[in-house]
Amino acid sequence: MGIKVTEVAKKFGRKQILQNISLEIEPNRIYGLLGRNGAGKSTLLNIITDRIFANGGSVTIDGIPTHEHDELLGNIYLMSEVNLYPKRARLQDLFKSSKNMYGGFNEAYAKHLCEAFELNPKQRFGQLSTGYRTIFKLIIALCLPVDYVFLDEPILGLDANHRELFYKELLDTYSSHPRTFVISTHMIEEIANMIEHVFVIENGKILVDDDVDHMLSQAYVITGPGETVDQYTVGLNVIGTESLGNLKGNYVFGNLNDDREIPDTIQISRMDLQKLFIHLTSGEGGSK
Amino acid sequence: MQFDFSGQEPIYLQVANQIEEGIFTGAFKEETQVPSTTEMSREFHINPATVLKGMNILVTEKLVEKRRGLGMFVKKGAYQLILEKRQNDFFEDYVKKIVAEAKNLKLSETELIQLIKRGFQTNGD
Repeated sequence: MGIKVTEVAKKFGRKQILQNISLEIEPNRIYGLLGRNGAGKSTLLNIITDRIFANGGSVTIDGIPTHEHDELLGNIYLMSEVNLYPKRARLQDLFKSSKNMYGGFNEAYAKHLCEAFELNPKQRFGQLSTGYRTIFKLIIALCLPVDYVFLDEPILGLDANHRELFYKELLDTYSSHPRTFVISTHMIEEIANMIEHVFVIENGKILVDDDVDHMLSQAYVITGPGETVDQYTVGLNVIGTESLGNLKGNYVFGNLNDDREIPDTIQISRMDLQKLFIHLTSGEGGSK
Repeated sequence: MQFDFSGQEPIYLQVANQIEEGIFTGAFKEETQVPSTTEMSREFHINPATVLKGMNILVTEKLVEKRRGLGMFVKKGAYQLILEKRQNDFFEDYVKKIVAEAKNLKLSETELIQLIKRGFQTNGD
């Protein structure tokens, strides 16, 4: 069940953007798709939604290939940075055409969202600021009757209040009407607790494919005097390090060695998703 | 309610602890409803599955119970259970740490007992 991406590869010219990516997206879960600029996130999302074509591999929903399959693709929506709407079109008419295209649209919820975000549906798309264009596209994404919603940088240009409102509405509509959301963003801290599962993509490859809880349960910061810390972390997967004089912090991803005695001069603490992401993708040391 | 998102403790445990604390302080009284999963999820931007995982800990500990179609309620006797649990944990959670730190600070047993007595006196007014 769900969306299955199998060995998808994509080249732009000579540049290999995606290298044999495989992953599964299950129904009714919230995912995070994280990666640094240029890692290949948007390319992957565009391939899953059949906006661009892969050079190899396949994408299926419940076992059926999605490529040029209008009915299946009608069950997926990708909200992205690209503005596909004519500037002169009124928002309320764009709601209507979305309804025609996807065979449904939750008008009552759209009305509620317009009021909550103070967006006047009589306005023309071209009149909207960057932030309000994002809001408009989010409203469409939340009101369409699709089972898979992909949000590529969904908070671009939104101020703190609007972001807060969006997170609330997203979790609200998810609770009352479960469906899958895949959120790709750089604002890791803000979405860290909303997502259940995370994909980290780096240089066109999947680096991490894990539940957030599980991933964080294997992430440690070992702090203390430099030599003691290094001694304790020998052989462990050290993904980053920070030092201040002789005080050192080694970031470890993976299990600690339970047999090893913990010297009382060192401290073991946890790290959050953003810290872990930064050290995993900073390219300084660490085994991959 | 306040959550520490720095990753020091898994969020589902924090959810369980916060509700337990709410029951202990009387914010959530016995036989009354605790906030729903959806409410907590949207208020604190936490995945509903995470909130549920925390709630389930409290169900296992017999502090809350699910009432069909109504939601989660604090069980009768929940306060007493928490009190006993915390009394049992007091030695491990606090006393051992205090003694260890006292030793670091080169305080003798007698001096520590004196300080504890002082703590009781200043706390009593």
